[in-house]
Amino acid sequence: MKPRHRRIVLIVAGVAGLGIAAWLVLSAFQQNLVFFFTPTQVAANEAPKGRAFRVGGMVEVGSVKRQPDGVTVQFVVTDTAKSIPVAYKGVLPDLFREGKGVVTQGRLENGLFVASEVLAKHDENYMPPEAADAMKKGQAINEKATHTIVNPPQGK
Amino acid sequence: MVPELGQFALILALILAVAQGTLPLIGAARGVAPWMGLARPAAQGQFVFVAIAFGCLTYSFVNNDFSVLYVASNSNTTLPLQYRIAAVWGGHEGSLLLWVLMLTLWTMAVSVFSDRLPDDIVSRVLGVLGLISVGFLCFMLFTSNPFDRLLPAAMDGRDLNPLLQDPGMVFHPPMLYMGYVGFSVAFAFAIAALLSGRLDATWARWSRPWTTLAWMFLTLGIALGSWWAYYELGWGGWWFWDPVENASFMPWLMGTALIHSLAVTEKRGAFKSWTVLLAIFAFALSLLGTFLVRSGVITSVHAFATDPKRGIFILAFLVIVIGGSLILFAWRAHRVGLGGRFDRVSRESFLLLNNVMLVVATGSVLLGTLYPLFLDALGLGKISVGPPYFDTVFVALMAPALFLMGVGPLARWKQASLPELATRLKWAFAVAVVGALLLPLTMGKWTPLATFGFLLALWIVASSVTTLWSRLKQTPAAGLGAKLRTQSRSYYGMLLAHVGVAVFVVGVTMVKSYEAEKDVRLAVGEAVELGGYAFRLDALNEVTGPNYRAMRGTLTVTRDGAAVRTMYPEKRIYNVQKNAMTEAAIDTGFTRDLYVSLGEPVGNNAWLVRVQVKPFVDWIWGGCVLMALGGLLSVLDRRYRVAVRARAEAVAAAGTAAAG
Repeated sequence: MKPRHRRIVLIVAGVAGLGIAAWLVLSAFQQNLVFFFTPTQVAANEAPKGRAFRVGGMVEVGSVKRQPDGVTVQFVVTDTAKSIPVAYKGVLPDLFREGKGVVTQGRLENGLFVASEVLAKHDENYMPPEAADAMKKGQAINEKATHTIVNPPQGK
Repeated sequence: MVPELGQFALILALILAVAQGTLPLIGAARGVAPWMGLARPAAQGQFVFVAIAFGCLTYSFVNNDFSVLYVASNSNTTLPLQYRIAAVWGGHEGSLLLWVLMLTLWTMAVSVFSDRLPDDIVSRVLGVLGLISVGFLCFMLFTSNPFDRLLPAAMDGRDLNPLLQDPGMVFHPPMLYMGYVGFSVAFAFAIAALLSGRLDATWARWSRPWTTLAWMFLTLGIALGSWWAYYELGWGGWWFWDPVENASFMPWLMGTALIHSLAVTEKRGAFKSWTVLLAIFAFALSLLGTFLVRSGVITSVHAFATDPKRGIFILAFLVIVIGGSLILFAWRAHRVGLGGRFDRVSRESFLLLNNVMLVVATGSVLLGTLYPLFLDALGLGKISVGPPYFDTVFVALMAPALFLMGVGPLARWKQASLPELATRLKWAFAVAVVGALLLPLTMGKWTPLATFGFLLALWIVASSVTTLWSRLKQTPAAGLGAKLRTQSRSYYGMLLAHVGVAVFVVGVTMVKSYEAEKDVRLAVGEAVELGGYAFRLDALNEVTGPNYRAMRGTLTVTRDGAAVRTMYPEKRIYNVQKNAMTEAAIDTGFTRDLYVSLGEPVGNNAWLVRVQVKPFVDWIWGGCVLMALGGLLSVLDRRYRVAVRARAEAVAAAGTAAAG
C-alpha cells in the first residue's frame, strides 16, 4: 500500500470507530432517558406503558399507609387536579412528608404506580422543581374548572 | 467594623487584580520590563488582601456576628466551633470567597516558585491569572457579597444545613476547589504559550508539576466528596451521577487526559496544540462546574442560590473565557505547531488513543448532564438521564483505556512493534485471565461483570510489574536495590497511580457484584441475617446532642455466633431547621463495610432498618488516594528541582564573579 492509501484507510477506520462509539453512546442515552409526567398527564394516559418514568407532585395529607410487613408503603401523589396512588418498598427519604413535594420514579401497573425510587430533597422549604411545576399546572386546571362553573351565572 | 474591613480588602484585591491582569500582559507584549515586574508584587499583595477578607469573614462566624446576612443564614450560636469555621464556605458567597482565596494562593505559589522561568512567561501567566481573578472578584462584589449587612441584626442564625455539619464539610470543599482552581494555572500557561508563540519541552516541564498538583487535589477532593456522600447521606451510595458530581468529574477526566498529553509534550515535543486545547478545556469545564453548581441551574443540595443575575454573570464570564481562549487558539495555534512525528504503533499513539477515550468519555458525561437542562430551558419537557446510561457508556469507553494502560508504558516512543509488545506482555495477560476466572469463585458466585473487572485490574497490575521488571533489566546499575534507586520518582508515581486505578476497579467490581442490602422491620430483640452476618436490634434510646435530639438504635452484629461489633445508627432531628437526618453506623473493614441505617418508626417499638454488607467498598477511595499519591510522587521528581538548583547556583556564581 502507498502511504496515501494507508492514510485513507486509517482515516476511514477512525471515522468508523468514532461513528460506532457515537451510535453506542446515543442509543444508551435514548434508552435511559426518564421522562417526567404530572398526575394529570398520567390520568389522561399520556405516560408510556411498560417504561419507567417520573411522577411528581405533593404527597396527599393522610394518604401514607404502611403495610403490616413494615416495608411496603402506599401513598397518593397529587397535583391538586388529579392524583395517582403509589406503592414503594423500602425506606423513604428523610424529608418525605405528607403535604410536601415529592418525585417518584417507577412504572405504571394497572393504575398503581410502582416506584423504584422516591426522591425528596434536603431542605425543608424546598420543593423539587418538577413537583412545583406539576402543582402549578394542576392548580391552573382547577382554576379554569371553577371559572367555567362560576362564569355563566355572572355572564347572565 | 470587621465585615467592612473585609469588604475593603476585597476591593483593594480587585484593584490589584486589575493591575495584575493588564500591565504585565502589555509589558510582555511590548517588552517593558518595569511593567512585567509588577506581576509578582501584585499577585502577592492580592493574596494578602483576599486572605484578610477571608479572615474577616471567619472572624464574623467565630464571633456569631448575626448582623452579617451571610453569617445569619448559615450559622447559629449552638453550632460547634469547627462547623462555624467550615460554615464560611457553607453557602454561595463564602464558597466563592474560598474559590478566590484558592486562586490567589495558586497565583502566589506561581509567583514564588517561578525563579527559573523567563520574565515574559511569568508576567503572562500571572497576568492571565489576574484576569480570572478580576472576573471572580467582580462577581462577588456585585452579585454575591458575603459581607452584606442584615439590619437589624438577627437574634440568632438560621443554622448550617445539618447535612453539612460533618468533618467532610471541613475538608471536601477546600480540596475540591484547590483542584478546580489549580487548572487555572495550566490554563494560564497554555494562554501564555499561545501569546508568546513558544511552546517546547521546557514549557511542558514548567507547567507539568502545576497541572499534576491540581489533578492530585481534584482526585482527593472528588474521593472525599464520594466518601462523605457514602457515610453522611445515610443510604450507602457512593456515586450517583448527580449533575453536581459530574461537574467535578468532567474537569478530572479532562485533566487526566491533559497530564498524559503533557508527558508526551515534555518527552517528545509532540501533541503541542492538543495539550494547549486540553488545558483550555480542563479549565473551561472547571468554570462550567462552578456555573452549574453555583447558578442554581441544578437544584440540589449543592445549589445554594437561585438567582438569575448570578447565573447570567457566570454564563457571560464563561463565554468570554472559553470563547476568547478558543479564538486565541485558532489565531495563534499554528505558531505553537503540532510537534514531533511518530509512528502508528508507538507510545505516542497509545497515549493519543487514551486521550481520545478520555475526551469522548467527558463528552458523554457532558451530554448526560446538560441535555436535560437544555430541554428544560427550551420548554420541551422535563427529563432526567438515568445512571444506567453513565454506567454503560463509562464501562464501554474506559475498558479500552484501561487496557491501554498496560500497553502504553511498555511501548517505545516514536516507533514500537506490536509482536514484540505481545511477547513481552503475554505472561501479564495470562496471569490476568487466570486470576479473573478464579477470583470470582472465591466469592461464591461467578458473574461476567466480576470477571471483567478483575481482568482489567489484574491486567493493570501485572503489566505494571512487567514494565518495572523490564526497565530494571535495562538499568546498568549493579544489584536490585541500586537499580530500584536509579528510577525516577515520576516513574514510580506513574506506576503507583496506575495501581491506584486497579485498586479502584477492584473496589467498584466487588461492590457492584457482591453487595447485599435489606430493608426490614425490626422490633427490639429481633434480628436479621445478611451476607453471613446477623444484626440484632438490642435497644432504642433517645439521646441529646449539642444542637439535635436523636433516636439511637443499638445493634449487635454476630457472625457464626461470635460477636463482631456493636453498632449505633441514629435518626437525628436538628433543633433549628427541624430537619430529620439519618446518621448511619458503619463498621469499616479492609474487605467489607457493614452499614446500618435507621429508616422510620413503624409502630410497636419497631423501626424500619436498612442493613447492608459492602465488600471492598473502601478500596474505591483507597484507589483514589493511591492515584493522588502517585501524582504527588511525580511532582516531587528531582528534575523539577534540579533545574531550580542549577539556576540558583548559576546566579550565585555570577554574583561571586561580579564581586570578584
